[in-house]
Amino acid sequence: MNLLTVENLTVTLATGSGEAQAVRNLSFNVGRGEILGVAGESGSGKTMTALSMLGLLPYKGKASGSIMFDGREILTSTKREYRDIRGKEIAMIFQDPMTSLHPMLTVEVQLTEHLRHHRKVSKAAARNSALELLATVKIPEPAAALSAHPSQFSGGMRQRIAIAMALACEPKLLIADEPTTALDVTVQAGILKLLHQLRTDRNLSVMVITHDLGVLSSLTDRIMIMYAGSEVESGATSDLLKNPRHPYTKGLIAALPGNSEVNSKNLLSIDGMPPELGNFPTGCAFHTRCKFAKASCKETLPEVLNLTSNHRIFCPVNPFSELSNSGSN
Amino acid sequence: MKEILNLKNVAVEYDRHGRKVRAVAGVDLTLNSGEILGLVGESGCGKSTLGKAIVGILSPITGEIVFDGQKVKKLTRGKRPDHFRNLQMVFQDPYGSLNPRRKIGMQIADGLIVAGMSKKLALVKAADLLEKVGLPRNAVDRFAHQFSGGQRQRISIARALAAAPTAIIADEPISALDTSSQAQVANLLVNLVDEFDMGMVFISHDLSIVRRISDRVAVMYLGKIVEVGTVDQIWNNPSHPYTRALISAIPHADGTSFMPKDLPGDVPNPMSPPSGCRFHPRCPLAKPECSGNEPELRRLADGRDVSCVLQTAGSQPVTLTLN
Repeated sequence: MNLLTVENLTVTLATGSGEAQAVRNLSFNVGRGEILGVAGESGSGKTMTALSMLGLLPYKGKASGSIMFDGREILTSTKREYRDIRGKEIAMIFQDPMTSLHPMLTVEVQLTEHLRHHRKVSKAAARNSALELLATVKIPEPAAALSAHPSQFSGGMRQRIAIAMALACEPKLLIADEPTTALDVTVQAGILKLLHQLRTDRNLSVMVITHDLGVLSSLTDRIMIMYAGSEVESGATSDLLKNPRHPYTKGLIAALPGNSEVNSKNLLSIDGMPPELGNFPTGCAFHTRCKFAKASCKETLPEVLNLTSNHRIFCPVNPFSELSNSGSN
Repeated sequence: MKEILNLKNVAVEYDRHGRKVRAVAGVDLTLNSGEILGLVGESGCGKSTLGKAIVGILSPITGEIVFDGQKVKKLTRGKRPDHFRNLQMVFQDPYGSLNPRRKIGMQIADGLIVAGMSKKLALVKAADLLEKVGLPRNAVDRFAHQFSGGQRQRISIARALAAAPTAIIADEPISALDTSSQAQVANLLVNLVDEFDMGMVFISHDLSIVRRISDRVAVMYLGKIVEVGTVDQIWNNPSHPYTRALISAIPHADGTSFMPKDLPGDVPNPMSPPSGCRFHPRCPLAKPECSGNEPELRRLADGRDVSCVLQTAGSQPVTLTLN
């Protein structure tokens, strides 16, 4: 049984000009010990999907559909119930560890607070757990680190502390929202290694949200690509990256600097801009930028097309079907 | 191809609570017209500081920066010598570098008006420039908030172009943009360099984009250039252990389960840089003598410069293997 099963999730946000859907009819799941990557440009709804799972939607934000977590429905939880889910069942780390850690509190206070809240353990026991956690995320000299403030650490070390915080109550699912975007590549590689290690050691499920396909390639088992609040394609990581079938995914991958035509300085790019919240096009939202769009794409919502048991696209045109049937098994 | 920018032993210091921090510690670099020079390194290595020193926002404490035959002086409130109009900068954040309360057209026309053009003509020219960077002419009458990030960066580029630059210093010009806009703005820069035969220093932490668009690459570590060479030399056979570590840390988006390699440790505090080679505390190939003498840049047989004791001046680069 999957740890997380999301069905027909729709998130509605209040904007200056009325309500707008940021996530539309999204269905996906995360298995136990699986690392799922969610990719898309800003405004594609990937962060709102994560926040709806934690009951953290912005003011007047509403979610409908179903989020089954570990066998129970959590979307209908009350505020009080969500407080028990957050940190204990599902934890989240954010892009910028400088803003997600409190600058005035020591690492010890921040690492033990929720242990004491969720687990009701003594101060000494919480301190011991904190030391173990810091060792787990490979902070040198954990004892000295406990009495330090976040500003005394580098960006990479801060992100490790944020991960330690997230792991404190042994959540079953970790949501990482752009966990390495603010870091240098040399430091990023260390964080990716750590997340891999945690999955292996703790059978932790991870949902990684990022626009960086390189990060997803080395970290994830499966990838879901989002555009304008909806899934456009999902599949096993190697299958999806080697054999993308939706025109948007194809465009994203072709635009990677390493993949453009050799001997040309020009990068391939998808013409146009991603649509803004409240202005999503009708039908298939990508039809305005799609080279393969037909008249019907403008009117009808694309149905799911299962290419294999583990690779699906939302595109009725399926323009790359004749190109390659190999590799998608 | 002619040399338009020459840096000799440039050092820049900041004052931090009375203590001197040497963010750039002696850099030699040249830029030719029609060339894109990628300047890469981890955050805190001094690449942005160097960029600011080149255009005169900061002034170096030692060394000199020569642009097109004349020494660059620090910007003051007074009028800048006309000669340096042709040296322009594009900043990372297109939200912070445009004035939210002034019309786009006037912001671009400023430079032209200062140069003596009439306001009316300058606005027509501003519209021409906006067209050049792929925006509609009527954008002159709009404000910065009416544009997306990528469009704003195009406006910043149009503003730099107003001075008919022969050299542009672009500090992380696409880092703040969305994937779609990144490729579009990068392409715009490449085409402009080509069309106007400008030279461009492209400062970035994103090595894969630098690899794609640059002709030469300079790698910086803790205020010093450790290696300069053509893109092919740097990418296919990095001869400095730091360059190699940087390249090995880039994830591959190819669907293979390639795991990038991390480089343990942090960039040391520039207030107290390590003795000898600045990279030796993190270098997997460090030898005992590396903590003693600071290696100078040496030219190898293939024309690149590198500062590492493992390489010998005048010889072919030794291929490095990190485990």
